[in-house]
Amino acid sequence: MTFFFQNVVNALQWGSFYALIALGYSMVYGVLLLFNFAHGDIFMVGAYIGFFVVSGLLAVASMSSLLLPNWLLLVLGIIFAMFLTSFVGMLVERVGYRPLRAAPRASAAITGLMIGIILETGNLALLGARRVSFPSLIATTTYNIGGVSITNKKITIVLVSLLLMLVLHQFVQRTKWGMAMRATAFDFSVVPLMGVSINTIAALTFGLGSALAAAAGILFSVAYPVLDPYMGITIGWKAFVAAILGGRGSILGAALAGFLMGFIEIFVVVIPNPFPTMFPFSLFPAPYLFPSTLRDLVAFSIILLILTFKPHGLFGEAHTARLRL
Amino acid sequence: MLLSVENLQVSYQRIKALHSISFHIDEGEIVCIIGANGAGKSTTLRAISRLVPVEEDTKITYMGKDLLKYPADKVVSELGISHVPEGRRLFGNLTVMENLQLATFARSDGKQIERDLELVFSLFPRLAERQEQKAATLSGGEQQMLAVGRALMSGRKVMLLDEPSMGLAPLLMLNLFEALKEINEEGTTILLVEQNARLALQFAQRGYVLESGSIVLEGPSEKLVDDPGVKKAYLGG
Repeated sequence: MTFFFQNVVNALQWGSFYALIALGYSMVYGVLLLFNFAHGDIFMVGAYIGFFVVSGLLAVASMSSLLLPNWLLLVLGIIFAMFLTSFVGMLVERVGYRPLRAAPRASAAITGLMIGIILETGNLALLGARRVSFPSLIATTTYNIGGVSITNKKITIVLVSLLLMLVLHQFVQRTKWGMAMRATAFDFSVVPLMGVSINTIAALTFGLGSALAAAAGILFSVAYPVLDPYMGITIGWKAFVAAILGGRGSILGAALAGFLMGFIEIFVVVIPNPFPTMFPFSLFPAPYLFPSTLRDLVAFSIILLILTFKPHGLFGEAHTARLRL
Repeated sequence: MLLSVENLQVSYQRIKALHSISFHIDEGEIVCIIGANGAGKSTTLRAISRLVPVEEDTKITYMGKDLLKYPADKVVSELGISHVPEGRRLFGNLTVMENLQLATFARSDGKQIERDLELVFSLFPRLAERQEQKAATLSGGEQQMLAVGRALMSGRKVMLLDEPSMGLAPLLMLNLFEALKEINEEGTTILLVEQNARLALQFAQRGYVLESGSIVLEGPSEKLVDDPGVKKAYLGG
């Protein structure tokens, strides 16, 4: 049982990363009917921006001998990095996707992949091929709750993620900007007739999605403090799969599927092997059914199976063709 | 002249939908464009709202300004030209109230918004009762009321109406047109596009007849009603 809860904690942490990134994919799809395939790299950019912001804050704090507590630096770092990365997202939309709004969807997909490559290699060109270490702001404290060890970092990551999702939900449901996003997702062709510019809503959606990716980037760096230019690729694709699993355009779906993704991934490699020593049932005599090298294979197979029965995802609706102008 | 359209040409891919049509509207008027399905009526309205691109020599002037310099959202928010699209096109996932609020997105005149909302609810009391209901759950008649109300909230100067009578029972249709008359008396100029020519000509002071992308006839409504060609083609003999 302790073992089970230990894995729940890990799954929640990974689920937080996936959910925050998946939200960006899903929102952009819901509003603009395109998948921003550069989104995983925006996560990476967000982590780097977070690195520079936090390093900068630390330098300023030490120079001016201001005694800012580290948790405050982390909060400020998250806020600044989210703010700055949202502009990166808006720039990507403005330069990459806006000229292609009427073009076939494949053009937008190819452009997204290209923007991703530009962000990765641009980072490589600017900072060189070395990994950077994210400053360790919080010292790890481990709490032992009934045999389950939980670190303060994991608690922070999960709580901050949930808080951000709650804020996003309130924004989308309660503000006029959120209302315009919901309207655009329903039928964007008449949105201009309300005096609302589609360009503004597109920029807003990209900005929000990118800010959440940046938050994921910093939280990820808190747990795994080594950054490299390609860190967004795998996690980005997995979050993309989570967005599909949740149902394209569904915010709740993306968040839940992100966590589901975390759970599947963590738990497939801890399924006990019923016949640990009998050769025909187990290729390798091992305590677990699947070796951890098969983690992604098994996880994706399960998701494929879910999508076979729910092709629109868990919360997606059958996609009715929307008229384009 | 409030709005003047000269030499309006629109093509979809290579097919010409409108061949150089010209017309004008004066302040406070109700003008209708009648014509068969596919004559280019909706395209005309969509061109004024800047939802479809027009060809080069087209000139649209609104209160002395070049309307073609404004993108679609600014035509509504800055020029005050609202558009009730064909088939209502409400945001079904938003409530009645949210649909009305969204239409005021770019407006900052809070007091006037309040007054406009009161006007909408006094014209269509049913909408006031259903404020919190999702637009998709309204009946056809209520949806059309909301579509008109939403347009009223977005801009008060000119209202472009695309087939408002479509799919409405006769009594609802009459109620709607009474409300439209009131909206006009409150100072909104109306350009109406209708397949129901009899209704449109009763309602409007002037009319234009559009046939396969060209205006073939124009004049005061009484004259058009008596025109033998109009009678034969649009009024059932």
